[in-house]
Amino acid sequence: MDSSILLPLIGIPIVVAGFAFRFNPLLVVTVAGLATGLAVGMDFGMLLETFGEKFINSRSLAVYVLILPIIGLLESYGLKERAQDWISSMASATSARILMLYFILRQVFGALGLTYIGGQAQTVRPLLAPMVEGAATARYGDLPQHIRDKLRAHSAACDNIAVFFGEDIFLAFGAVLLIDAFLKENGITNVEPLHLGLWAIPTAIAALAIHMFRLVRLDAGIQRDVNAWKKSEAKEVAA
Amino acid sequence: MSTLITINEIYYLIGVIVMLLVGMTLRDKGNPKRLTTALFWFLFGAVFLFSDLLVSSLGKPMAYRIIGVVVILISLIAGFGLLSIGTYKQRSAEQRQASANQYGNWIFVPAILIPVVTVLCTILLKGVAIGGVYILDQKQLTLAALCVGCICAILAGWKLTGGTPLHAVRESRRLLDAIGWAAVLPQMLAMLGGVFVAAQTGKSVQQVVGLFVNPENRFMLIVIYCVGMALFTMIMGNAFAAFPVMTAGIALPFIIVGQHADPAPLVTIGMLAGYCGTLMTPMAANYNIVPAALLELKDKYQVIKVQIPTGLTLLAANILLMYFIVFR
Repeated sequence: MDSSILLPLIGIPIVVAGFAFRFNPLLVVTVAGLATGLAVGMDFGMLLETFGEKFINSRSLAVYVLILPIIGLLESYGLKERAQDWISSMASATSARILMLYFILRQVFGALGLTYIGGQAQTVRPLLAPMVEGAATARYGDLPQHIRDKLRAHSAACDNIAVFFGEDIFLAFGAVLLIDAFLKENGITNVEPLHLGLWAIPTAIAALAIHMFRLVRLDAGIQRDVNAWKKSEAKEVAA
Repeated sequence: MSTLITINEIYYLIGVIVMLLVGMTLRDKGNPKRLTTALFWFLFGAVFLFSDLLVSSLGKPMAYRIIGVVVILISLIAGFGLLSIGTYKQRSAEQRQASANQYGNWIFVPAILIPVVTVLCTILLKGVAIGGVYILDQKQLTLAALCVGCICAILAGWKLTGGTPLHAVRESRRLLDAIGWAAVLPQMLAMLGGVFVAAQTGKSVQQVVGLFVNPENRFMLIVIYCVGMALFTMIMGNAFAAFPVMTAGIALPFIIVGQHADPAPLVTIGMLAGYCGTLMTPMAANYNIVPAALLELKDKYQVIKVQIPTGLTLLAANILLMYFIVFR
């Protein structure tokens, strides 16, 4: 084997090791980029140019900055408190049931191309996570931080999983267009984007089934966590 | 044909918001590292405000080099731990509860306006022009629509609460400080992807994988394609970047040409196997790390940890689905 085919791969172990040793990810990524470029003999100036060009061209990834002011404002006027009060008033709302409802809605809307209904900054932080926490506090009273964190992480996960495995069904979504372009480029011309969207449906159903199964067990898991926490609290008081 | 709201104007708006936050950080005596924190956000905001100007006055190569240096500075500030969280004048818990009771469910209206207006604008303003001027940037329609949604939401929030847009920006500093360096990571990863493309990393992966593949074992080929998509997505943080590499390297020569598999379900499920990897990696920062920061989780990897069981089970499901569908 010609060892020069390994040189462009040098960034991969750097990224893996960097995360393993918990260096700051920005630094890890920059070092991996520099090392890869220099290993394959790119000129340093050209490498800087590639850095700058890609960084500028991906500015759209930062649009969530626009969402922060309104969320911040509404939070300071009681958005979270209202979300929690509202959910607490519904006796049948449990954390897992809210997550299940959100998952299904998000996946269906994603499949219809409405991926912007939902999202981490616009719905998970201001609405979903407070509602999920509100349902749990209504049931068990004030909760410790580690249980709250678990509920919040589940809220974020629901949003990601539902949208990832819903949006591919929608024909105009980037992934479908990318796959279509790739196939045409490689001489496979008898595939319509419609077929690609259809073949995303079995995985979408599998994702729904797998995650619903986990959510069905979540309420019982929270109950266990709360019991364990109350026991350890009681022990501390006794000691 | 010209456009009323272009994507570049949206970038300027982001730049202005970030610069306002820089000013507030500089005045925040409670932030132990306020100068370097302000410098970090200033450099980030400057990319949004000035890069078009740099490109038009210095030309692309020079402008890109300058931004390249800025990017390295940003990563050094973050890498040496020179970012810290400020102090904020916040309304008390009692005040917030009183507002919550006062406004009732009306408080949700501005928040819900963001997605609703975004979707309506995307659908209704596609291709719409008045007097030869497009209302929204047609190439980046959803982003332009999202911007309109945010502005509508701010105006509605102003009307409802009496808190001005500037007050809203002040409140957002708490959120952006909480996100911290993770705000820049998605763009950094796009940058790393660009270097990998230039360095032809994909070709190397293909050659290395080729050494270990037995072209006759159908099930093994499917496993290698799916697991390879997931692993390479975990490294690149993006299934789109992994897809051409793995599909050209494994799926096309070995499975489609070699084993006559049905291409449509093969590549579609292959992409979705990559998405399973997205669930399990910190490199997919805007899905996994930014939310952890937004939700103020102590463990930045907790969202990933919650997603791993679903990610692994679904990867196994994809392998089986692919095997039984493409060779049916």
